[in-house]
Amino acid sequence: MIAEIGHYSLLLALVFALFQIVASLTGAARRDAALIRSGDAAAQTQFVFVLISFGALVYAFATSDFSVQNVYMNSHTLKPLLYKITGVWGNHEGSMLLWVLILSIFGAMVATFGNSLRGEFRARVVAVQGLVGLAFLAFIVITSNPFLRLDPAPFEGRGLNPILQDPALAIHPPLLYAGYVGLSMAFSFAVAALLEGRVDAVWARWVRPWTLAAWMFLTVGIAMGSWWAYYELGWGGWWFWDPVENASLMPWLAATALLHSAIVVEKRDALKIWTVLLAVLAFSLSLIGTFLVRSGVLTSVHAFAVDPERGVFILGILFTFIGGSLALFAWRAPMLKAGGLFAPISREGGLIVNNLLLVTACATVFVGTLYPLGLEVVTGQKISVGAPFFNATFGPLIIPLLILVPFGPFLAWKRGDLAAVAQRLLAALAIALAAGAVAFAVKYGGPTLAPFGIALGVWLIAGALSEVAFRCKAFRAPLRTTLERAWKLPRSAWGTALAHAGLGVAVIGIVAVSSWRVENISLMKPGSSIDVAGYQVTFQGTRPVTGPNYRDTEGSFAIARDGALLMTLTSAKRRYIGASSMTTSEAAIHGFWSGDLYIVLGDKMPVGGYTVRAYFNPLARLIWIGAVIMFFGGAISLFDRRYRVGAPRRARFAAASRKAAA
Amino acid sequence: MTRKYRRMILIVTALAVLAIAATLVLTALKDTIVFFHTPSEVQAQTVKPGQRIRLGGLVEEGSVKRPGGATVEFKITDLEASLPVTFTGILPDLFREGQGVVAEGRMNASGTFVADTVLAKHDETYMPREVAEKLKKKGWWQPEKKIPGAK
Repeated sequence: MIAEIGHYSLLLALVFALFQIVASLTGAARRDAALIRSGDAAAQTQFVFVLISFGALVYAFATSDFSVQNVYMNSHTLKPLLYKITGVWGNHEGSMLLWVLILSIFGAMVATFGNSLRGEFRARVVAVQGLVGLAFLAFIVITSNPFLRLDPAPFEGRGLNPILQDPALAIHPPLLYAGYVGLSMAFSFAVAALLEGRVDAVWARWVRPWTLAAWMFLTVGIAMGSWWAYYELGWGGWWFWDPVENASLMPWLAATALLHSAIVVEKRDALKIWTVLLAVLAFSLSLIGTFLVRSGVLTSVHAFAVDPERGVFILGILFTFIGGSLALFAWRAPMLKAGGLFAPISREGGLIVNNLLLVTACATVFVGTLYPLGLEVVTGQKISVGAPFFNATFGPLIIPLLILVPFGPFLAWKRGDLAAVAQRLLAALAIALAAGAVAFAVKYGGPTLAPFGIALGVWLIAGALSEVAFRCKAFRAPLRTTLERAWKLPRSAWGTALAHAGLGVAVIGIVAVSSWRVENISLMKPGSSIDVAGYQVTFQGTRPVTGPNYRDTEGSFAIARDGALLMTLTSAKRRYIGASSMTTSEAAIHGFWSGDLYIVLGDKMPVGGYTVRAYFNPLARLIWIGAVIMFFGGAISLFDRRYRVGAPRRARFAAASRKAAA
Repeated sequence: MTRKYRRMILIVTALAVLAIAATLVLTALKDTIVFFHTPSEVQAQTVKPGQRIRLGGLVEEGSVKRPGGATVEFKITDLEASLPVTFTGILPDLFREGQGVVAEGRMNASGTFVADTVLAKHDETYMPREVAEKLKKKGWWQPEKKIPGAK
């Protein structure tokens, strides 16, 4: 019964999405406030019905209703409740429903909180949002209905892929989707602006926070996925340039670029055409990501379904939206007036360089990800494009960008003074070089480029901090003045500094792990010990452990340093109970200040003993800590006074848009 | 500086970056991509020794040996030809005899494939797409049934 309500709500949501498009577009064309209002209401109703539908699916999973095919295929009564619920998006149908749910939340939010936008403009945004919703609702209803019944109902489900039963993976898809779908807002605003043929500062002021929020979610979502791969897959790696990872990296790069170019539109009324194009491209990359992951063209943990019908449908959506919006862009973009003038060396110029390098780097990832698919279609030849390709292309483009980052915030708008900026960054440069020298001295004999990498990371952090210090007049004014200035500094300035510093932290982690990781693979019998980066790891034997839906063979390892016993770590081979009885490795990971000790229990050998793989990953955690710092940088920026929803600003906006409309 | 001149600088910079990127991509595509082959293609001598390739197929039944240490020897077969493979390290959890596998590495002079990476995807029903397609082409593909020779 509940499942039927879910299915029915989904159909109703589809109808309301259709109404939302028609009412909003006609309302905007006729400047009919009542019709526009009804379009807003439809967006809100659509959200409510998608929510009911999603709730029904969650209910079916929570109560293990195996008469629903989707639940039967992906759940099991022995699974803990948390994983029953997260199992909702651990499969193709459910994850698409989550996609649409987040999309409809965003649509309802503009409809509800968009009062400060001009009515017709808001209506067009709501309409575009409805159009995207309609396409995906139709996709679910036609090809991926999660509410199909089974008769007779089986007694037991087939179980969720065990490696997906993990807390980090439980929230990874919702975060990533919030990011992907958040970019739909930038897209809707861009298309609405193209329809009206006008882009102004108010537009940018709306697009920026949405893009920022999407970017924040993408950042933690990607970091979460990489953290999961790090500890769950037991390879000790954190990024594999897998097409699925690239599918999330591309929108992130585009969103980062968009975030920066929207600043220029907002502050200087320039770069409008480019920013609109970037907004369209960012969401297009999200759609391409969804296509790559969901269509089954790639074999991976993420590709739930290999069903050509679905692939073709998503491809259709892809062509309609990307093709349609780019055609609209080609037709309307010339109407957008070019804005303010600026010298090549200026804040605007810096942001253009940022965009140029980010977009080009994004393009190389795009080529590397899609080339094998294209080649296979054309010639039938199968190739794999892996890390070496991306290191050789992405690296050389992104490193200059990282070097240039600290210069950006110091440059003045319109006309910057490079010599003055360089002077202000001298301290940061000195600290970075010192850090590089220390890295060279401590890790003498490692890769030649590693100390430079460490210096680069420190340069980013020190550069970001010197900008804040400079604006607060630190060391140049009494402490009291500095603190006062620091307090009054706009939050967006703190946000920028924090995000750039977080990038530096992540760079240090990436460089340290890639350059100085220690790996030791050996055959260990109980009592034997190995040395990993100065730690003595002694294998103490295995014992069986039974969990709720798995059985472990748990190996324990005594960790000692300089003869002193520090702790005992356990790593397990886990065998899941259920129709898909498969084994996974549970790595033992202990984080020291200097890095992670990472031990994986391998296979039992016929000669006795187990293969054991042990790593020391220096400073590995900085990669994810850096991402979290970037997230908080974004969050602080998001709460900048300029974006806060408040009555006075709303009034000012209304006045400004009335003036603009006149 | 005139508007035209400024625009020129912008366009030239953009083109320069794009040219660099294109060069990087083309060079990298020539040097770093890895081709996928089956054992029979390798035996037909289309692959030079020392060239980095991906070898895909099924792990031959009864071929897995562990001579000592963390080294594993096994054979990869496409049911037409089979090739000996050595690998030092820990095999993926789903590595099993009769299951699909993809190994990345190089052929040595004595005709053994020295793998540095072995991939078996994290799914019970998984078989590398490449292998499945080859099997389909050869008419050995029987969905839901056991593959001949693979218990």
